[in-house]
Amino acid sequence: MKYQSQKIALIYFAVAMGLFLIQVSGGLLAGWIYVQPNTLSELVPFNIIRMLHTNSLIVWLLLGFFGAAYFLIPEEAEREIHSEKLAYLQLAILVLGTLGVVVTYLFNLFEGNWLLGKEGREFLEQPKWVKAGIVVAALIFLYNVTMTVLKGKKTAITNILLLGLWGLALLFLFSFYNPENLALDKMYWWYVVHLWVEGVWELIMASILAYLMLKLTGVDREVVEKWLYVIVAAALFSGILGTGHHYYWIGTPGYWQWIGSIFSSLEVIPFFAMMAFAFVMVWKGRRDHPNKAALLWSLGCATLAFFGAGVWGFLHTLHGVNYYTHGTQITAAHGHLAFYGAYVCLNLAIFTYAMPILRNRDPYNQVLNMASFWLMSSGMVFMTFVLTFAGTIQTHLQRVLGDYFMDVQDQLSLFYWMRFGSGVVVVLGAILFIYSISVPRKELIEPGQVSEVPAE
Amino acid sequence: MPCPRFIDNWLPVDQHMKENATSSVLDELPGELLIWVLIVSELLVFGAGLAAFMAVRLTDPVGFAEAQSHLHGTAAALNTIVLVSSGYLAARALRLRNAARRTAERFCLVAAAALGVVFLAIKGIEYADKASLGITYETHPFFTFYYLLTGFHAAHVVAGVLILLLIAWFDEPRNIEAGAAFWHMVDLVWVLLFPVIYLLA
Ligand code: HEM
Ligand code: HEM
Ligand SMILES: [Fe+2]
Repeated sequence: MKYQSQKIALIYFAVAMGLFLIQVSGGLLAGWIYVQPNTLSELVPFNIIRMLHTNSLIVWLLLGFFGAAYFLIPEEAEREIHSEKLAYLQLAILVLGTLGVVVTYLFNLFEGNWLLGKEGREFLEQPKWVKAGIVVAALIFLYNVTMTVLKGKKTAITNILLLGLWGLALLFLFSFYNPENLALDKMYWWYVVHLWVEGVWELIMASILAYLMLKLTGVDREVVEKWLYVIVAAALFSGILGTGHHYYWIGTPGYWQWIGSIFSSLEVIPFFAMMAFAFVMVWKGRRDHPNKAALLWSLGCATLAFFGAGVWGFLHTLHGVNYYTHGTQITAAHGHLAFYGAYVCLNLAIFTYAMPILRNRDPYNQVLNMASFWLMSSGMVFMTFVLTFAGTIQTHLQRVLGDYFMDVQDQLSLFYWMRFGSGVVVVLGAILFIYSISVPRKELIEPGQVSEVPAE
Repeated sequence: MPCPRFIDNWLPVDQHMKENATSSVLDELPGELLIWVLIVSELLVFGAGLAAFMAVRLTDPVGFAEAQSHLHGTAAALNTIVLVSSGYLAARALRLRNAARRTAERFCLVAAAALGVVFLAIKGIEYADKASLGITYETHPFFTFYYLLTGFHAAHVVAGVLILLLIAWFDEPRNIEAGAAFWHMVDLVWVLLFPVIYLLA
């Protein structure tokens, strides 16, 4: 650790990993309810558990991004973070908001209240006061990191990262607009949800990946930057109008079918470019970095993001296909592998890279960590296949033959059991990951004898 | 069009880490590279749009031919001449700039931009004409594509006019090169749209 204030990242990562565990366990519980529908049905209904699962996903990914920014910006800008106090205040606000959300979900004390109650909006399900808190926290964060960068050295990596983070915060403002008309609500909802994961988050992903490649493979910064600019240009070019792939059937004009189909098909390109980038850098790199696990997560991230977002996204993005598959298990298959590959793996990659540095020690437990990668990833990939099969059958029975939704669901139960099984593997992988990151290996070498060069 | 020169350093070469500590990031933006990324992306979009248009036309050749008969072939042909002349002027500007004849170069760029405005005016008359006939993007799939493709293209002409004026003002050779490349792309796209939408029977 070159800069004292990088330490801020440690607690962000720790909280993020805690929520990660809650998130996957929530998913597992939701998966169990799918096969045993009476579980907790009176106490905590399925929709609440599903909300916990998806919203804790978003929150922990954001905490990871914030932590990653606090970790890498000092190194890139070559100066300490503007204010450590503000960074901790930001975290406190976010944790308070998260607790508020959980209490609101579980006890629903303020049903219908404009400020305190739920809104019924997937991914953006927070009471208004929490949304306001998130904005305050984001402002504090942006002020803090922007000041740091403005006073320090500016690199392509920090610029793109800041662009992504600013975009993230500004787009979130659309979540305050919640019109009565459901079609309009959905239209703006996608401004946040789609323009996040297929727009500004991609910038964050590209810049963090670029940073990792720079450190892990030792290639020239100039080369990394060139790739970075191309990836970012391709992502924004395709992703913004690609929003149209959610406007096929919600009452928006028909021309969106063509705009959405064409631009969102091009969204595959930046994901492909990120994968090509990662592999070319490793192939050409000269540095043999001791943290092999971080490299594995980085490559896994780029590859699984290409498959989850690129391939599985393209699978149902043409409106002729989406007409049949819209909102089936195909969507769930894509949602899982895309989020996992692009953003979960990205966070776990930077955690794996940064944790040993933050705790000032060698990268211990590499084998365990890599095993957790294979466990978790094979679990997610298997889940994706299972849901894709389920979705194909569902599409045929429900959308082509016109069978009733619940009758079709009954016929899919075998797949839902298998989804639960793969979920168990994922949760075990997550526990193993957290263990390998947080528990030091027993010291085998005498302290004086440690000769390995500490990781960068 | 100038040949892309950015291909050389995609792959890491054995050099020392170059640190670019002082200069501003804007200076380092690989402008030429990004213009080419943009051009290729645009061509993909318009190419896909035209391909979709032709595919959908196969499902209803009679309806498409009927709809096409409402278009203004002459206006569009005139617009082709306008845009190609404008492209010629932009290309000339670059040569003039390289010969250090800056006044003539600026004149060419402004004239190229003016022709862009003429193009938009003619296009506007065409659209107004369609509107007066009560034709909208929902009248027939043909018109959905007509408005999408020509509308997208017209939006690029607007952007191109602004870019031409910008590079007439900041007339570094590399700016002119990038701006002219973009303008040639807009030109090229029109030359593809025109026959497919207006002429192909
Ligand atoms: C890190 C891993 C995971 C990620 C990134 C993730 C992400 C998501 C996302 C984005 C959704 C919403 C999907 C949509 O709107 O179509 C979702 C729903 C769901 N997830 Fe996960 N999830 C993960 C792990 C799990 C696990 C381990 C299980 C356990 C079986 C699981 C079970 C579910 C279930 C049952 C739903 C609700 C599906 C529905 O409503 O039909 N997830 N998850
Ligand atoms: C990392 C990037 C991505 C993530 C995290 C992601 C995640 C998701 C999620 C969670 C949903 C379900 C939303 C809901 O209805 O609740 C969804 C829907 C969709 N995604 Fe993605 N996605 C990504 C990239 C892409 C790409 C690149 C494409 C196209 C090539 C794509 C195409 C689609 C389509 C067409 C739908 C709508 C499915 C439907 O009609 O039900 N996605 N995505
Ligand atoms: Fe999307």
